[in-house]
Amino acid sequence: MQIEVKVPEVGESVQEALLVQWYRRDGDMVRKGEILFIIETDKVTLEVSADADGMLKILVPEGQTVRIGTVVATIDLEAREAKPLPTLQPEAEKTGEAVEKAAEREAAAGPVPISPVHAPSPSGAGTAEASPRPIVSESVKELLAERGLDAAQIIPGGPGGRLTRGDVLAFLDERGHETTGKPAERTVTEPAVMPEAPRRVPPRRQVVFAPEELTVRKPMTPIRRRIADHMLQARLNTAMLTTFNEIDMSRLQEIRKQFRDLFQKKHSVSLGIMSFFLKAAAVALKELPELNAFIEGHEIVYHNYIHIGVAVGAERGLVVPVIRDVDKLGFADLEKAIVDHVRKIGENRLEMSDLEGGTFTISNGGVYGSLMSTPILNSPQSGILGLHKIEERPVVVGGRIVIRPMMYVALSYDHRIVDGREAVTFLKRIKECIENPERIMVEI
Amino acid sequence: MAGDGKYDVIVVGSGPGGYVACLRAAELGLRAACVEKSDRVGGACLNVGCIPSKALLESSRFFYLARKRFQEHGIVLDDQVLDLPVMMARKSEVVRGLVDNVRKLLENAGVALIRGTARLAGERRVEVTRDGEKTVLEADAVVLATGGEPVPVPSLPFDGRRIVSSTEVLDFDRVPEHLAVVGGGTIGLELGSVWSRLGARVTVIEMMPGIAAVADGQVSRTLERLLSRQGLEFRLRTKVTGAEVTDEQVVLTLDTQGKEDSIACDRVLVAVGRKPFTGGLGLEALGIGTDPRTGHVLVDERYRTGVAWIYAVGDLVPGPMLAHKASAEGIAAVECIAGLPGEVNYDTIPSVIYTSPEVAGVGLTEEQARERGLSFVAGSCPFTGSARARCMGDTDGFVKVIAHGRTGRLLGVHIIGPEASELIGECAGALERNATAEEFARVVRAHPTLSEAVRDAALIVQSSRKHE
Repeated sequence: MQIEVKVPEVGESVQEALLVQWYRRDGDMVRKGEILFIIETDKVTLEVSADADGMLKILVPEGQTVRIGTVVATIDLEAREAKPLPTLQPEAEKTGEAVEKAAEREAAAGPVPISPVHAPSPSGAGTAEASPRPIVSESVKELLAERGLDAAQIIPGGPGGRLTRGDVLAFLDERGHETTGKPAERTVTEPAVMPEAPRRVPPRRQVVFAPEELTVRKPMTPIRRRIADHMLQARLNTAMLTTFNEIDMSRLQEIRKQFRDLFQKKHSVSLGIMSFFLKAAAVALKELPELNAFIEGHEIVYHNYIHIGVAVGAERGLVVPVIRDVDKLGFADLEKAIVDHVRKIGENRLEMSDLEGGTFTISNGGVYGSLMSTPILNSPQSGILGLHKIEERPVVVGGRIVIRPMMYVALSYDHRIVDGREAVTFLKRIKECIENPERIMVEI
Repeated sequence: MAGDGKYDVIVVGSGPGGYVACLRAAELGLRAACVEKSDRVGGACLNVGCIPSKALLESSRFFYLARKRFQEHGIVLDDQVLDLPVMMARKSEVVRGLVDNVRKLLENAGVALIRGTARLAGERRVEVTRDGEKTVLEADAVVLATGGEPVPVPSLPFDGRRIVSSTEVLDFDRVPEHLAVVGGGTIGLELGSVWSRLGARVTVIEMMPGIAAVADGQVSRTLERLLSRQGLEFRLRTKVTGAEVTDEQVVLTLDTQGKEDSIACDRVLVAVGRKPFTGGLGLEALGIGTDPRTGHVLVDERYRTGVAWIYAVGDLVPGPMLAHKASAEGIAAVECIAGLPGEVNYDTIPSVIYTSPEVAGVGLTEEQARERGLSFVAGSCPFTGSARARCMGDTDGFVKVIAHGRTGRLLGVHIIGPEASELIGECAGALERNATAEEFARVVRAHPTLSEAVRDAALIVQSSRKHE
């Protein structure tokens, strides 16, 4: 396999750039992160680095003017040297990548951000030959004592084996990543907690940390950070609004009850409520295409297909696998697709392609017992349908109070593209289809 | 000879390490003497280093501007003639003036200036020899600040004429036709630039894959490109394996990763580095330890050698061989002698290469941050975005800020561009105060100034951190 090395975008108005210099030669083995070549425009000079380890094949020689996006080289991933290449930054790039991309995009006209890089944790970072006894000046000794650190914990980076203030500060900066583990270290200066602890600190300089048990600081996992970012973006970049309705579930429950065993026997999957809601949504989305559309810049992108994401709470965080062409699938196919996704999540086999391409989302908070909620958009989508728990409630039907299994439903929508009338109509169509499931069949 | 020969502190050497130590000692009320073997105080920095090279860099830059850049400003000179003797005389005058200043400073501070060569002569005694005459001085403490000397290359023995060191290259009587510079470090690049601007063909030969090895990688690669554009030639990954010296020229045999080659030139500057100068001090006799690999004098956190009353600073001890580093250590050592908590913050010592554009850096480079396993964010802002740089017509280069990814604390700033040497001051200040990229970016800079590019680079780092 090989990957292409392209001239990156450097700004909206820039069409072409001068490939000034290749730092590596044709046929060289290159490592991920290594600078390959440099491009110059009238505005910026940019170093472009390799995206992967492999053998470089240069397609465009230096000195040529190339258009943005031109493939100037390829990297052959299979080509390997006799001995394996040591990776430049083991796991680092994975998290850094997203940021790097964002940074690239921002490069635009003026300032150029270079790679924000996450390097591995400081553990084996030993560079200088660690001298047995580092030279530690008074102020650094004080800093060590203040933080309850031992000079031997930190690799000295100063000349002649000196432990500098910066070495200690960098150690403290980094430690945030792996905190929580060693409460003892931090409480050394807290006599109330550890009366026997050696008092390394003169009283006037006492620094008291909050007891470790009350707050625990943990780094966000990459997936949690993605979710956090995604949620915030949805809030910040849309005009989100929610409309509600309630659905009498009795007909649907009857049908399910009636066909439960037959369905199970024939399709080896149980008939749930989600397939009904998916089909109902497909009917409603066809009638109200804005809810199935995205805003891109100043344009609206309508989709001639209906791919609906179904939010599933997984152990490591919320995931939304997508069921494709919902309108073309039967009830059994839909139920199987859901079961299939849930199994994949459980086995951690979900692929990126399972999560991509959704045009609308359904989220069922009812499984956790939610009575009512305002779901948050899964941007760039323009609508999300929230289902809730089914509860027997007294309702008025034909002038009489009766007990019916009821469910509140909510539709959050992007008011920039969907008007209130459409949103309410959509939810009403869902209600009609679920209360009279035959409507789904005849698509009215 | 001053007084009765008994001092609180004797400082050996009057370079930026030594004379500054003397002044600080005097300030602290210590009776201080400075022993200098040369007729002129100031050491290598003032006499054959930083100062004369900077004087020539300034002069040669004017010449270069007059020839290449004035026209774009609408200034047309009929012809530009180089009067090298005048240029050299001006340089000597600058040096003389500053040497004089240092001498006066020492005198005014009451520091005894003792001419002669010092040798440590047993318990708290320093023997000074001048014209064969020996004097013995006594002191409670001695600070060694004898500096460094150029490292020779075995295949290129200095002859002072064709194959020269950084000293003689400052005094050529005519512009070389082809100057080969062995060593692509600060000295080689600066002095190579001087003679290149004055019309010489200059070839820089460097063993490493890049020039200016101490600089940030991105900076050094950019510098190589920009200097190449000015006409300097670079032979990287190349060793000099031999030299054939005739009356007319020197033919150097080169080895570039196994490929043999040769170049003919009329002068060769060997600038592969400097090493501590400890010859004749008598360290061995007193049992003062040195590093067998580098020749550095071993000292503790108070700059004290293995012998309690002897201290060493500057190029004698490990660290970058910089005048300001020596001065800082000289002050710290004397403060320690006086019982004060003297020390040097090695994280915030700026370094500068006075090429055009200038290169300046302080703190960790991207490579160092990576090597140390720190999580960091780096951002750069090109000078093309600076209004001031555009007015000046000097838009080459950029400012690069590196900060810790989690806390945002500044780890390093690296600049290649106009006045980088002056811009680095505020960066060192920010590092000294443990500022974060945001704090650094929030400082209001005057408009239009080059320092706006420093702010913008810090802003980019700050905004990149938010994306994490």
